[in-house]
Amino acid sequence: MISRRLLIMSALTLAIAGSARAGEATTATVVKIENFTFNPAELTIKPGTTVTFENADDIPHSVVEKMAKFKSKPLDTGDKFTMTFTDIGEIDYFCGFHPHMVGKIIVK
Amino acid sequence: MSQRDDDHGGDGVSRRHALECMIWAGTGVLWTVAGGVPVSRAFLGTAQAAETTGFSFVQISDSHVGFNKPANPHADTTLMEAIGKVKAIPGKPAFMIHTGDITHLSKPAEFDAANQLIGGAGLDVHYVPGEHDLVDEGAGKAYLERYGKNAKGAGWYSFDQSGVHFVGLVNVVGLKAGGMGSLGAEQLAWLADDLKAQSDSTPIIVFAHIPLYALYPQWGWGTDDGDQALSLLKRFGSVTVLNGHIHQLMQKVEGNVTFHTARSTAFPQPEPGKAASPGPLLVPAEKLRGLLGVRNVLYTPGQASLAVTDTALADA
Repeated sequence: MISRRLLIMSALTLAIAGSARAGEATTATVVKIENFTFNPAELTIKPGTTVTFENADDIPHSVVEKMAKFKSKPLDTGDKFTMTFTDIGEIDYFCGFHPHMVGKIIVK
Repeated sequence: MSQRDDDHGGDGVSRRHALECMIWAGTGVLWTVAGGVPVSRAFLGTAQAAETTGFSFVQISDSHVGFNKPANPHADTTLMEAIGKVKAIPGKPAFMIHTGDITHLSKPAEFDAANQLIGGAGLDVHYVPGEHDLVDEGAGKAYLERYGKNAKGAGWYSFDQSGVHFVGLVNVVGLKAGGMGSLGAEQLAWLADDLKAQSDSTPIIVFAHIPLYALYPQWGWGTDDGDQALSLLKRFGSVTVLNGHIHQLMQKVEGNVTFHTARSTAFPQPEPGKAASPGPLLVPAEKLRGLLGVRNVLYTPGQASLAVTDTALADA
């Protein structure tokens, strides 16, 4: 059981990381949302990588961490959500509207 | 009545193989059920004449007001046409149900436009939300403010009409990674309590957005804990489950329960597994209105029987 404090702290960390200050990201990469899938479904990146999720479907999707540690706004066609991943680990996420859509980011 | 699945362009045989116990109905097909068993067309003739002492109600679904992509750039126009079909139904329906995805993006302007168009039918409307109605910042706050006044939890409720018990369920909230639709423990507890007061012989009509059974899990077309709701409905002699979400007609009979999915008024979706994704299906413009439509359901007292009529926008 993770303590409430720890959850709040990690949420704050993610929020700061998510603000993606210009020039700080070491690399950048894209996860395309198309045909109700995250592509690539599994992405391995180095710490500090900025990932852009881009919706290419005619239907809105979202990007939600499995335990809701972070959550994008609804992404309509062409909308993007950017997130910088600083900590080593595995992040499982899904679409908040179509939860059978799942993806994973591996930071190592 | 000869036309079946032509609009889908699929192969009926392989479809039967893929979906054994489902019955596909194409444009303008009419069928009736009595206590979960199809009945003769003679009865349908009676039903169509609307000279009954029962009542009828209308189901519309997936109006996606605000949708303007190639599959239908004018979802507002087709909704207006659907309401025209509703107004043309002989005999005044008691009310209308809308099984979700009223709007495409939950924007206030979309809800406003939907209300105005749907209000044109001059009927009371009982709504349940689809996932597209919970896309606002408040994740459903906008929906509940508009439609949830007499509802519990995320928007579920029940009501009675002339001896029939109606239950509106919400299975688009609290979705979990890798899962499908979800009712949740709180709603299931409420449902168990709500059904307690009903006798086994009371006809039950349940409506929700996503199918309650695992229709096609690969596309998330099902409800994770739907079986728990269905087990609560086992003791009733006549149960009908109406839903939307998959934008096409499909019927399944399982024991005492008959499931009917409805057409959308906005755009069709592919048959299960027949496309790369369940996204909007682009069809030739002249085919579109054959795949969109409305449903009229007639209840006759004493027979616990329902006559379900689906009318496509293209139908005369």
